[in-house]
Amino acid sequence: MHPLRNHKSYIASIGHRLSGIALAVFLPFHFLLLGSAFNGANGLDQFLIYTDLPQVKIAEWALVLMLAIHLFFGIRVLLLEFTNWPDIPYRFAAWVVPGGIAAFLIGAVFLLQVF
Amino acid sequence: MERYLFVAQRVSAMILGPLVLIHLGLILFAVRNGLSGAEILARTQGNIGWTLFYGIFVLSVTIHAPIGIRNILYEWTGISRPASNIIALLFAIFLLTAGLRSVTAIY
Amino acid sequence: MEQTPEQLEVRIWRGKDDGQLVSYRVPIRDNQTVLDIVTEVQRLHEPSLAYRFSCRVGVCGSCAMTVNGQPRWTCRTHVKKVAGEGLLTIEPLRNLPRIKDLVCDLAPFIDKWQQAGAPFDATSSRKDPPAAIDPQSPLRRTADAALQCINCAVCYSACDVVNWNRDYVGPAALNRAWTLINDVRHGKRQQTLDKVFSEGGCSNCHSHGNCTRHCPVGLSPSESIVGLKRAAFSGLPRDK
Repeated sequence: MHPLRNHKSYIASIGHRLSGIALAVFLPFHFLLLGSAFNGANGLDQFLIYTDLPQVKIAEWALVLMLAIHLFFGIRVLLLEFTNWPDIPYRFAAWVVPGGIAAFLIGAVFLLQVF
Repeated sequence: MERYLFVAQRVSAMILGPLVLIHLGLILFAVRNGLSGAEILARTQGNIGWTLFYGIFVLSVTIHAPIGIRNILYEWTGISRPASNIIALLFAIFLLTAGLRSVTAIY
Repeated sequence: MEQTPEQLEVRIWRGKDDGQLVSYRVPIRDNQTVLDIVTEVQRLHEPSLAYRFSCRVGVCGSCAMTVNGQPRWTCRTHVKKVAGEGLLTIEPLRNLPRIKDLVCDLAPFIDKWQQAGAPFDATSSRKDPPAAIDPQSPLRRTADAALQCINCAVCYSACDVVNWNRDYVGPAALNRAWTLINDVRHGKRQQTLDKVFSEGGCSNCHSHGNCTRHCPVGLSPSESIVGLKRAAFSGLPRDK
């Protein structure tokens, strides 16, 4: 990676942005699919049947990961901008590794639940 | 306007934080033993709590996502500021209508 | 028998926007800085090489260039620290218009500094006594923490948002605005705050942290910008 971008603070910011793009692309499909609930449980089941496929489960895992990454790196921004935590010289690099680990843990739990 | 968009972005983020955590928790619980329409609707139909929850979720996302997309479009695709504003606004209108429609569908 | 010193391959940008990296070989010496190398190339190999320097001792910021992809003061960059694989690439600062070779035009950087509300608006004259400000007051300590900027443009070059958005005034300009907003003697604190939140202002900062990471003076424009962002919610900072 380019030396200008090869550090935690940058990776967290880009991770938040890229995961945000993924979620923004996914959301319209999510909302449109949920609309099939107008046809009751059968309406939803028409699409939910595909969630038994392993490929779909992997895709869902990726989406859960994107949401968790976006959440935790977003919390980082809120912490940086509205608190003085942590009180260390270069605090912009803080919360990146714990946040990333937390996101992947949630992803791991998801995988365990679906497989 | 930049100041108001910035404040809206951060306030919607603060609202979304706990909502997303709950949503993730629900996902992890609900995917056990597969997803079914009946199970989902049994939870949400006629339930004012979940309706309010997802209603607020949709409103917050309608504010939060388009403001982010607006910046990304302007910074990464080279389109003009007015064009990025229009696309973001259209995206917001879409999210609001499709989102509130979804909330209605599961009530 | 005299030992010939090892050689280092140095690629230096020659030209303007369309130009190229030209290779030179210079001997590696003890205690060699990147500025030493540029000077040696200009004196012994390429008389027409254009570059800026002044104090040579890490005080003025004139010698800032891009070294192996990162903006640095070349007089304070020891070659051994950066030329890991025996290759050194020296280019002009990023995000600024090029004049020739390693020299950039700093005018846009200074213009943006002004645009962010930089000029100090005096509220007293020399006939008045000096303003009675406690150096330990919260506002003064906040301003002092950001005050030492010498406008070397390293942070401006390091910032990717400056690269993506030509409206963005950049870290140094916002850092300067923050010092003025915290200066009770400044007659235009509110106007400076309004400028900071206009298009190209602090809401464009995405917390990458490149500015703070590269500032040779050890300042944190990131924290100054955080202060400005908070002011969007809480208004002008006040001494408690």
